[in-house]
Amino acid sequence: MPVDEMLAHNSQYAYTAAVTIYVISMFFYLAESAFGRKAITAAKAVAEPAKALVGTDGATVTGTTVGPDPDAPVNAGVRGNRPLAERLGRMAVALTVLGATVHLLSIALRGLAVHRWPLGNMYEFMSFVCLVAVGAWLILLQRFQIRRLGAFVLIPVFILMFLGGTVLYTQAEPVQPALQSYWLVIHVTVVSTACGVLLVPGVASVLYLIKGAHERNSAMFMRLGPKLPTQATLDRLAYRTTIFGFPLFTFGVICGAIWAESAWGRFWGWDPKETTAFIAWVVYAAYLHSRATAGWRGNRAAIINVLGFAVMVFNLFFINLVTTGLHSYAGVG
Amino acid sequence: MTTIHKPEVTEQEPPRQSGARALLAFLRNTWRGLTAMRTALVLLFLLALAALPGALLPQVALNEPKVAQYITDHGWWGRLLNKLQFFSVYGSVWFSAIYVLLFVSLVGCLLPRTVEYLRQSFVQPVITPRNLARLPHHLRAEFDSDASVDDVVAAVRRQLRGWRLRQDTDNGAVSLSTERGFLRETGNLVFHFALLGLIVAFAVGKMFMYSGQVIVLANGSEFCNSGVLNYDSFTPGLRVDGTHLAPFCVKINDFTAAYTDAGQPDYYNSNIQYQSGQDLVTNTWRPYDLHENAPLRTAGDRVYLLGHGYAPQFTVTFPDGQVRTGLIQWKPDDTSTMLSEGATKFDPPDVTDTSVLITKQIAVTGLFAPSAVFQNGLLTSAYPGLRNPAVSLDIYQGDLGEDTGTGQSIFTIDQSMLANGRLKQVDKANLTPGQTTKLPDGTVIRFDNVRQWVSLQVSHDPTQVYVLVFALLMLGGLIVSLTVKRRRLWVRVSRTPADQTEQGGRTVVEIGGLARTDQAGYGEEFTRLSARLLDAARGRSPGQAATPTGGKDS
Ligand code: HEM
Repeated sequence: MPVDEMLAHNSQYAYTAAVTIYVISMFFYLAESAFGRKAITAAKAVAEPAKALVGTDGATVTGTTVGPDPDAPVNAGVRGNRPLAERLGRMAVALTVLGATVHLLSIALRGLAVHRWPLGNMYEFMSFVCLVAVGAWLILLQRFQIRRLGAFVLIPVFILMFLGGTVLYTQAEPVQPALQSYWLVIHVTVVSTACGVLLVPGVASVLYLIKGAHERNSAMFMRLGPKLPTQATLDRLAYRTTIFGFPLFTFGVICGAIWAESAWGRFWGWDPKETTAFIAWVVYAAYLHSRATAGWRGNRAAIINVLGFAVMVFNLFFINLVTTGLHSYAGVG
Repeated sequence: MTTIHKPEVTEQEPPRQSGARALLAFLRNTWRGLTAMRTALVLLFLLALAALPGALLPQVALNEPKVAQYITDHGWWGRLLNKLQFFSVYGSVWFSAIYVLLFVSLVGCLLPRTVEYLRQSFVQPVITPRNLARLPHHLRAEFDSDASVDDVVAAVRRQLRGWRLRQDTDNGAVSLSTERGFLRETGNLVFHFALLGLIVAFAVGKMFMYSGQVIVLANGSEFCNSGVLNYDSFTPGLRVDGTHLAPFCVKINDFTAAYTDAGQPDYYNSNIQYQSGQDLVTNTWRPYDLHENAPLRTAGDRVYLLGHGYAPQFTVTFPDGQVRTGLIQWKPDDTSTMLSEGATKFDPPDVTDTSVLITKQIAVTGLFAPSAVFQNGLLTSAYPGLRNPAVSLDIYQGDLGEDTGTGQSIFTIDQSMLANGRLKQVDKANLTPGQTTKLPDGTVIRFDNVRQWVSLQVSHDPTQVYVLVFALLMLGGLIVSLTVKRRRLWVRVSRTPADQTEQGGRTVVEIGGLARTDQAGYGEEFTRLSARLLDAARGRSPGQAATPTGGKDS
């Protein structure tokens, strides 16, 4: 079926609009940081868990528990009475949600335009990965008090989307027969989702290292350091997200192997793309190990996590440009 | 998990030892070092690092000419890399060394952990700590109640289904020590054992695999997997000598490619027939629709449709009236337009005298275009499908040099024969199907028509199913291990004043909790759970009292 040019164009507009909205919302996050003096320290650890007990038996209850979680978002006061920073932050989130919606629209239109699952070339992967990253972050926002990190998630998203929209841009077109398989659809979707999810721990780990550097020497990252959440929060954010992204990635690689078996005659052939996926997988396994190894927790684990994400990005986008393998369906060059 | 890992032992220099002792100590230390968590970590890194050149440098297994090119382009550096096996990374000594070490480390790590795992599955939870208030999660409640300690405990226990539990009595107080999430260990062990299994299955597969490629004309031609010589190229595993291939035959009846208007391939398919097993004896053919992503699976092998191309058919009528037909694949130069080149070669009939033969051999070479366009007299193709086929031929006569002993490409003529004048160009012609051209000696060459060919790959890998099973087990183990949390909960129930057993006393319930893994988030569960236990202790149905709102999970 021919490509529907009009839908393709509209998809393109939506893409540009999404990038623009992300940039604007990035500024709102930055403004929030600028106006809010310090990271709000959430309600402290001690809580009275069972205050609400009612009864006629004269019950008295005392207790301590680590929780409600210090990272959990605090529901800031009543409406109309919020400080400026809070308002800016909320606007930033609203903008991010809007951006993500337009972004999703762009991907959907692309799919409709080409009559296939819109993950057929690098431009499309890039777009999808970024959407997942933003989505993952928005979900994590419900669980962690990390709104200020918005800008840091959006920076790599912006860079990737900018590259995707310019250097790597590929016209809407159908894909070659080898790529018409539902295993492939599952495979690329899962792997790109994993990559998008893993962007968040990558960012959190970078910030972890920055925060650590700042804590050791307050002259370093003087402006940024104090605004970041605690290292413990960043570490937990990275870990909790990684243990979701890593099995997903594992599953994606397995799907890829199943597909490769039916398309290329072998499930694994050390093709550059497969090799790099293997490396990324091993690096993340090392990350999980490092957290259980004395002397490797903390900084080293964070470095490994960043490394893992770097390999993922390298694999998803750049391996296609530097080598030629069977996976060279990227549609570039 | 880490708790059961002994820290690496840095042994003091022992006084003096006999040789055997020293050796033993050395072996023991090596083993300990190798199976330490830190070593595993370092080895994992090394593995990742060692795999890297395989992604960045051309590899013999994938693209041999490219490796040769790389070596020539990079002089001594290329030769050095070649010596160090950088062009066949996954078979190299150093790569194998790392994964063998990792494998040993894995085994060495799993054995003691399995023993520990089994031991732990039988021991009871630890005794309840004296002071529950010192735990990270703690709750103490006191209320008027007539119920005996035992009744309260029974009520609490009913809420603790699924927890491993032990009960102790101490001075009239009853304590429950419970734990949950042992499944995490199970998942972790399943993961690592499956990993072990996967590595073994993969390695065994590599030994007994083979794969071969062959081009077959799609005009009812047959291919039988009866010997290595039937293939154009063949890659055996280490333990395969090519004598016991799984027997089956395929017959390629046709090939169809559909393209979009822009010339993008849309799908390929080929109607084939195959026979294997008993069918070979009874000569029964079964139909199969072979297409992309749908290999034929038969006799334990798989047959893939890898590529396709055109084979122009020529008929040569020699001056003496004898007729020969030539049909051989030409190779696509440009897969987007399927402009192809090739050489169809003919021997004159009934010539046995080689001295005559070598003046009369004919090679019909040139370009074939499925959708011909002539630009300034040059043939190009506008579209990969057969819309308007044509050939642009250079016809040579003389000695094709087939007896020189050097293997000839089936797609070209031997240029040296042209250079030494023993082969001469005798004609040039652009033909469409049915058209003919006449050589100076009266030989007539006719471009009859065009056929398609397919390139097939046959793959054999006896362990790939096991690899898949292990991979799925790994995934399952991983998910369990990463999601299940190990946690402990203690409950102590007593009466106050202590001697007041029945009417008119107060019941004291103390609950303490500890998460054993570094996953936070137990706080929320503890809050919920302790409220429920308390409700049960107070003789209320759980949830009746307002449950305190826990914070969000971290
Ligand atoms: C062959 C390479 C190995 C790979 C790819 C690998 C991978 C992993 C992964 C992905 C995890 C996290 C998931 C889980 O807890 O199940 C893990 C955990 C673990 N691995 Fe390995 N492993 C390897 C070898 C080893 C070796 C040799 C040891 C022993 C020294 C080991 C000991 C552990 C332990 C103790 C954990 C649990 C850590 C925790 O509680 O968080 N692994 N491994």
